[in-house]
Amino acid sequence: MFGHLPLWPENASTNAGNVDALYIFLLLVSGIMTALIFAVLTAFAIRFRKRRGQRAVQIEGSTHLEITWSIIPFCVMLVFFVWGAVIFFRERTPPQDATEVYTVAKQWMWKFEHKGGQREINELHVPVGRDVKMIMTSQDVIHSFFVPAFRLKQDVVPGRYTTLWFRATKAGTYHLFCSQYCGTQHSGMIGWITVMEPRDYEAWMSGGASNQPLAVTGEKLFTELGCVTCHRSDTQGRGPNLAGVFGKPVLLEDGRTVTADENYVRESILEPGAKIVQSFKPVMPTFQGQVSDEQLNALVDYVKSLAGPQSGRPANANGMAVATPQP
Amino acid sequence: MATAVVTDSGERENYLNAGHGPKSWLLTVDHKRIALLFLISITFFFFIGGFFALLIRLELLTPAGDLVQSDTYNKLFTMHGQVMVFFFLIPAVPAVLGNFLIPIMIGAKDLAFPRINLLSWYLFIIGGLLMIYTILNGGVDTGWTFYTPFSSEWSKTNVISAIVGIFFAGFSSILTGLNFIVTIHRMRAPGMTWNRLPLFVWAHYATSIIQVLGTPVIAITLVLVALERLLHLGVFNPSLGGDPLLFQHLFWFYSHPAVYIMILPGMGIVSEIVCCFSRKRIFGYKAMAMALLGIAVVGFLVWAHHMFVAGISVYAALIFSLLSYLVAVPSAIKVFNWTATIYKGSVTYQTPMLYAFGFVGLFTIGGLTGLFLASLGVDVHVHDTYFIIAHFHYIMVGGMVMAYLGGMHFWWPKISGRMYPEGWGKLAALIVFIGFNLTFFPQFILGYMGMPRRYHSYPPEFQILNVLSTAGATILAVGYLLPMVYFMWSMRYGKPAPPNPWNAAGLEWQTHSPPPTFNFDEEPVVTWEAYNYDEMGEIPEKEEVPVAH
Repeated sequence: MFGHLPLWPENASTNAGNVDALYIFLLLVSGIMTALIFAVLTAFAIRFRKRRGQRAVQIEGSTHLEITWSIIPFCVMLVFFVWGAVIFFRERTPPQDATEVYTVAKQWMWKFEHKGGQREINELHVPVGRDVKMIMTSQDVIHSFFVPAFRLKQDVVPGRYTTLWFRATKAGTYHLFCSQYCGTQHSGMIGWITVMEPRDYEAWMSGGASNQPLAVTGEKLFTELGCVTCHRSDTQGRGPNLAGVFGKPVLLEDGRTVTADENYVRESILEPGAKIVQSFKPVMPTFQGQVSDEQLNALVDYVKSLAGPQSGRPANANGMAVATPQP
Repeated sequence: MATAVVTDSGERENYLNAGHGPKSWLLTVDHKRIALLFLISITFFFFIGGFFALLIRLELLTPAGDLVQSDTYNKLFTMHGQVMVFFFLIPAVPAVLGNFLIPIMIGAKDLAFPRINLLSWYLFIIGGLLMIYTILNGGVDTGWTFYTPFSSEWSKTNVISAIVGIFFAGFSSILTGLNFIVTIHRMRAPGMTWNRLPLFVWAHYATSIIQVLGTPVIAITLVLVALERLLHLGVFNPSLGGDPLLFQHLFWFYSHPAVYIMILPGMGIVSEIVCCFSRKRIFGYKAMAMALLGIAVVGFLVWAHHMFVAGISVYAALIFSLLSYLVAVPSAIKVFNWTATIYKGSVTYQTPMLYAFGFVGLFTIGGLTGLFLASLGVDVHVHDTYFIIAHFHYIMVGGMVMAYLGGMHFWWPKISGRMYPEGWGKLAALIVFIGFNLTFFPQFILGYMGMPRRYHSYPPEFQILNVLSTAGATILAVGYLLPMVYFMWSMRYGKPAPPNPWNAAGLEWQTHSPPPTFNFDEEPVVTWEAYNYDEMGEIPEKEEVPVAH
C-alpha cells in the first residue's frame, strides 16, 4: 500500500512539457516569495521581540516602498500571464489536419466514434505522434474530459460542441477522468486513453467488425430524414446547397457572417430558425428530439465531407460558434 | 472612566446582565446580543459542516468507496460546502465580530437599524432551519455550486429547499451589509473621521459593498434554477432552450466576490492584532484601506476565471486571466505591509498574534497558488482537481478561519468579560496550524497529479497523500474543539477581564468589559489617529493585569 509515493503525473503529450515548464517556474518564483516572506517575518519576530526598556519605533509607512512592492510583483505576474496565455492559445487552436474523434458523454460513460465508424466506450485508442481533435458534446449534464498525462481538460456541455486537441508522445495507457461533477457515479466515469505506435494503431483500427465510416452513416441519414429534398446538390433547392460550405464563412439574412463549423451545422439542424442563410426562407422544420447526438455527429461529419479534402477547419481557436467578421 | 450603572445585585450593569430570560435575548435589538445570537448559530453550523468534512476525509482514507454510498458521499461534500460557505464563512466575521465591534469602534450606541439587525438574524435562522430540513430530509447532491442542468433537471434530491434556505441566508447578509454601510456613514462619534477608522471598520465597509451589490445576483440566479426545476422555465437547460454557461456566469459573479466577503473582514482582524502585539501603528494606513476597497471592486471583475475550461472564448479567458492578476496586487500590498508593521516593533506572542502569524503565512501560500490558477496554461490542468480544493481552503480555512479565531481570542475579554486561558490558547493555535497544513498541503500535490475533486473513489496511486490529509483533518478537529471548550470554561471560571487587557488602541478598549448596553457611559470624542500605539505603552504582564471592578 505504501510502496511508492508518486509526486508527479506522467508526461505523454506535446502539451504536458509546456505546462510542466510553466508550473516549475511558478513553483520556483512562488517558493522564493514564500521563503522570503517567511524569513523576513521570522527575522522581524525574533529581532523585534519585546525587550525591557526598548519601545516600538512608530513608522507612518512609505509610499516608495509600497509602489516598489506592488510594481515588481505585478511585472512578475505579467510573465505568468503571458506564458500561461501562450500555452492556452496553443491548446485551444487545433491543427488543420488533426484526426477527429466524436465524443458523446453521458451519465456515466464516455462514448467515442472514430471517423471510420469504429466505436468505443470508456476507452479511446489514439496513435503516437499524430494530432487528434476531440469533438465533444453531452447527452445530459456537464461533464469534463480530463487527461492528466496530457495536462488537458475541457468541459463537455450539453447542447453544443466543445473541442480539445492533443498529440500523444508516448505509448501507454493513461487515465481519462470526468472532472466536472455529474451525479451519482461521477467518480466512476473513468476511462483509459490507450496511446499506440502508429503501426499498432492502424492494425487496431482495421481489426474487428467492418465499420461504416461516419460520413457514410451521415449520408444515409441525410436521405432518410429527407434533408436531401431541399438541400439539393444544385441551386434549385429550397435550402442551401451544402457542398463546399463547411469551414467557410456564411452570409446570413440579417447581414452577419458566421463560419460554418460543427456548432453551426448542429444548431442549423436543431434550431433551423436561429441563423438563416441570406436569400433563403425559414422553412426548415426542427429536428430537435428526432436525432440522437450520435446521429447528429454523423450528419455533421457528412456535411464536413461535402466540403472536400480541405475541411476540418474550426471557426475559432475554441471551436465555438462565434460570429467573425469577413476578412 | 465615568461612573457606571449598577444592577440590583451590585454588579456593574452590562449588556449581558441587562436583561434575563429567553425573551430578553430573542427580542433584543442590542447589536452585541444579536452578535452573540449569531455566534451561537454559526458555531452550530461550523460543527455540522466540520462533521461532514470529517466523514469525507474518512471515506477518502481508502481508494474504494467503502464507508458510504456514492450518493451519500455526493451529499456530504455538497452540504459541507453549502453549510460552510453560506452558514459559516460568509456570516462569521461580519455578523459576529463586525456586529459586536463596529458600533463600539466608531463610538456609536448601536447600529443604524437595530431592528433590521435582529431581522437579519431571524432571516438567517429561517435559512438555517431550511438547510437543516434539507439535511434531515435526505440532503442535496448538486455540489455547493448548483451547476445546471444537473441541479435544474437531473438531481433527484432536495434542491428547492436548499435554494430557498440559501436565499434567506442571502437576505440576512444583504441586510447586515446595508446596516454596516449606513452605520459607518452616519453614526461615527465626533472626531471619528474616515481617516481615523480602524482598518477592521474599513474591511467591513468594503465587505458590505460586496454583500449589497453581489448577493441579489445569486438570490435571483438560484430562484431561476428553482423555477426551471419546478416550471421548466428554459433559462439554463439547453434542452429547454437555455444556456448552462449563463448560470455559471451569474453564479460566479456573486460567488467569486463572496470569497472576498469571507477574507476581507479577516484582513481587518489581522490588521488590528498585528498592530496591537507589535505596539505599532499600521504601516501605510491609507494603502491598507484603499487595498481593501480595491480588492472589493476588482473582485467583481474576475469571475470567469472559474470558467476557463467551461467553453468560454479564448479572448474572454485572456481578459479574465489578466484581471485576476490585477486583484493580486492589493493582496500583496497587504501581506508586505503587515510584515513591515512588525519592523521595529515590540512584539509579543499572545494567542491572537499566533493566529495572525498563521494567517499571514497561510494566506501567502493561498494567494500565491492563486497565481498558478490565474495562469491559463496551468489552470487547464489543475482546474477541478484537488489543487483547487487546497488553494481555496488555504484562503478560507487557513486565512479566514485563522483570522476569525484570532479575533475571537483578541476580543473575547471584551465580549465575555473574562480572560481565556493563554496556555491552552497557544496550544490550540499550534495544533490548528499543524493540522491545517497536514490536511491541505498534500492536496496541492494530489491536484497536480490529476486527482479530480468530488470523487467518492479514486485510483490507488493517490492513496498515500489522502491518508496524510485525513490524518491532518483529525488533528485539525482537535484544534477546533479546544477553543470551543475553553471559551465556555472561561465564561464561568476565567479571570475577570479588565477594560483593556492588551493595552490596545481603539475605542472598544476604552469602555468596560463587557460593555454596557449603550456601549459607552459618555459619548466619546476622538482626537487621535487609529493605532496610536506611541501613546499606549506596553502590554501589561500577567501579574500587572489589574483586576476588574
